[in-house]
Amino acid sequence: MSQPSISKSMTIGESGLAALFAVTAFLCVIAAAKALDAPFAFHAALSAAASLAAVFCIVNRYYDRPAALPPAEINGRPNYNMGPIKFSSFMAMFWGIAGFLVGLIIASQLAWPALNFDLPWTTFGRLRPLHTSAVIFAFGGNVLLATSFYVVQKSCRVRLAGDLAPWFVVVGYNFFILVAGTGYLLGVTQSKEYAEPEWYADLWLTIVWVTYLLVFLTTIIKRKEPHIFVANWFYLAFIVTIAVLHLGNNPALPVSVFGSKSYIAWGGIQDAMFQWWYGHNAVGFFLTAGFLAIMYYFIPKRAERPIYSYRLSIIHFWALIFLYIWAGPHHLHYTALPDWTQTLGMTFSIMLWMPSWGGMINGLMTLSGAWDKLRTDPVLRMLVVSVAFYGMSTFEGPMMSIKVVNSLSHYTDWTIGHVHSGALGWVGFVSFGALYCLVPWAWNRKQLYSLKLVNWHFWIATLGIVLYISAMWVSGILQGLMWRAYTSLGFLEYSFIETVEAMHPFYVIRAAGGALFLIGALIMAYNLWMTVRVGEAEEVQMPVALQPAE
Amino acid sequence: MSFWTRHQVFEKNSIILVVGILLVIAIGGLVEITPLFYLKSTIEAVDGVRPYTPLELAGRNVYVREGCYLCHSQMIRPLRDEVERYGHFSLAAESMFDHPFQWGSKRTGPDLARVGAKYSDDWHVTHLTNPRAIVPQSVMPGYPFLSKNEVDPETIADHMRTLRTVGVPYTDDQIANAGADMKAQADPDNAGSDAFGKRYAKAVVRNFDGKSGTPTEMDALIAYLQMLGTLVDFKLYNEKANLR
Repeated sequence: MSQPSISKSMTIGESGLAALFAVTAFLCVIAAAKALDAPFAFHAALSAAASLAAVFCIVNRYYDRPAALPPAEINGRPNYNMGPIKFSSFMAMFWGIAGFLVGLIIASQLAWPALNFDLPWTTFGRLRPLHTSAVIFAFGGNVLLATSFYVVQKSCRVRLAGDLAPWFVVVGYNFFILVAGTGYLLGVTQSKEYAEPEWYADLWLTIVWVTYLLVFLTTIIKRKEPHIFVANWFYLAFIVTIAVLHLGNNPALPVSVFGSKSYIAWGGIQDAMFQWWYGHNAVGFFLTAGFLAIMYYFIPKRAERPIYSYRLSIIHFWALIFLYIWAGPHHLHYTALPDWTQTLGMTFSIMLWMPSWGGMINGLMTLSGAWDKLRTDPVLRMLVVSVAFYGMSTFEGPMMSIKVVNSLSHYTDWTIGHVHSGALGWVGFVSFGALYCLVPWAWNRKQLYSLKLVNWHFWIATLGIVLYISAMWVSGILQGLMWRAYTSLGFLEYSFIETVEAMHPFYVIRAAGGALFLIGALIMAYNLWMTVRVGEAEEVQMPVALQPAE
Repeated sequence: MSFWTRHQVFEKNSIILVVGILLVIAIGGLVEITPLFYLKSTIEAVDGVRPYTPLELAGRNVYVREGCYLCHSQMIRPLRDEVERYGHFSLAAESMFDHPFQWGSKRTGPDLARVGAKYSDDWHVTHLTNPRAIVPQSVMPGYPFLSKNEVDPETIADHMRTLRTVGVPYTDDQIANAGADMKAQADPDNAGSDAFGKRYAKAVVRNFDGKSGTPTEMDALIAYLQMLGTLVDFKLYNEKANLR
């Protein structure tokens, strides 16, 4: 390793990571050469190229940087690390639009099946995991990375731990998404819902996730504040639990270390229970706990009001994470799973309603004395409406977990509608609101490019959600009733295909709703892009860097 | 008041907070999952249930690869309309060798748990190639490429060996003859058909896609679909055997 001057030398992290990536590149080349199937060869080659790029970036960064690493503090103020946050915010917007677009495509395929084109990589079966992973793990995941790294620094008043580690987390995570997503198109999947990535992608994610936990936890340990801020409890629960779920649901044995196919260790009923223990808590911890953390930081900040109740946040935090884990079996009502497990799942799902609404109340009541801001601030309006959607879906969920209701709703579009009222309304809107706050803060802009465009985004997307979920309610309930309809002579009234035919108009309306939601996101991307671009001039007027906008 | 003061131990010690979270989230999973490995009703053995033949396994892998489970369930609930529409409700044992399980969560298309022997092989070939040629209102994608892809009799034994490690009771005999069995199942004229039939009870030997030569993914997928739900003879099944 050459050293241009005596004072400047590579840190252990830099040299170690560069060496590790060099070795990885070498191993990946071997794997590509010995690959048993084409997708595995492609992924091995992709990983080799990415590892080489990583070595280049680390060395290049070393030559460009000054001898000393960025200081933890400048003039007694924390020197916040904004680079990884900017990267994740950008990727969130990118994957969001990609994911919404694929969603629109598969919604259209259900209305007009010719759009499958009957090619292997364009069928609904391969695109649907691409849609779910792109919106949940790529869009949602990047929003969580960006906001968690921002919130943990600000609320601990300390620079993010690690030098390369945060970059490793955000870039490594997005590389996982790339491998997983291209894998689906090439037919590489475990076909476990929301846990589709194959064994090597899962292994890589494990490494990235453990690093994420270490960066986050070390930052908290270094904190200058005596108390750990409530949002960080939720982020921590999200990171820790997702690690546990990922490891529990994905142990798999590859047929060959040079091939993509593996067989999951669990089989049949045990696999089913593991899967929905994982699946429901991917909702509970990825899409709920993580985004509640966003709510706990961004709503008080934007509304300039303290969190409504500290005690409520303690109670609903512990109750939420305790109860959520039990709720998985409600995905398996009336299946071969034992009755007692189903009943437990249902009971805990109903109890879960309370801590969920505890969170909603805490979020909404934070607006006490600041409700007038909803008229003037469309970003705050978006955040508040997201909490309202959260309240709605967390009422609907417990209701659908009741066995009698579930006997009608299960297997129908009602489930899809329920998921989307949560995903578009709650996760989508709270993410949009957070990004609208975060981008000007991270890029040091005084304000957004246009609040008027935020307003347009809000109304177009809201209309889209309403079209989407009402179409799915009607089609789902219709479907469920048609399946169980009997004639007066005691025969089943409808053949299955008649119920498929009846869905067509609702699938068209749903696709239209999805299109509106996508248009809203495009408006947002333009607005954020212009905020970063045009906001430039205002930077000069702000000598103190990296302060949140007032 | 003391409760709120005591809670500060979590708010001021990150490691205690992490340990607290881990303990709290561990309970539900442990209570619900662990018994499933021991209870009689979840590990019941039912007469007739056997591991997949090499060709069926290859077909199942096509099913998994194409994400069929996203629109087709394989789990009939014990509700009147489902039992009348699809057949006897699904037993735990019927998916005991499924790695992964494919019960599904959505019925954009009908349940497939007992689709075996309901339609002819020709019907399946035509339907999989172009669903709307048979069912005009169908929204299913076409899979014409399955007829062009051949399955690999060379590597299927490795798959069975892997499955044996995770608990599927393939015998040495079955693994040793995997490649030959795969060809034999799709070719009634094959000399090995009889030996194959002895290794796998109730397995059907037919030229599923109607074409000669190495079996295709179409052969494999249809072989899989045609065996779904056919292994248990419900005239002989004793519902009370696993109650307690």
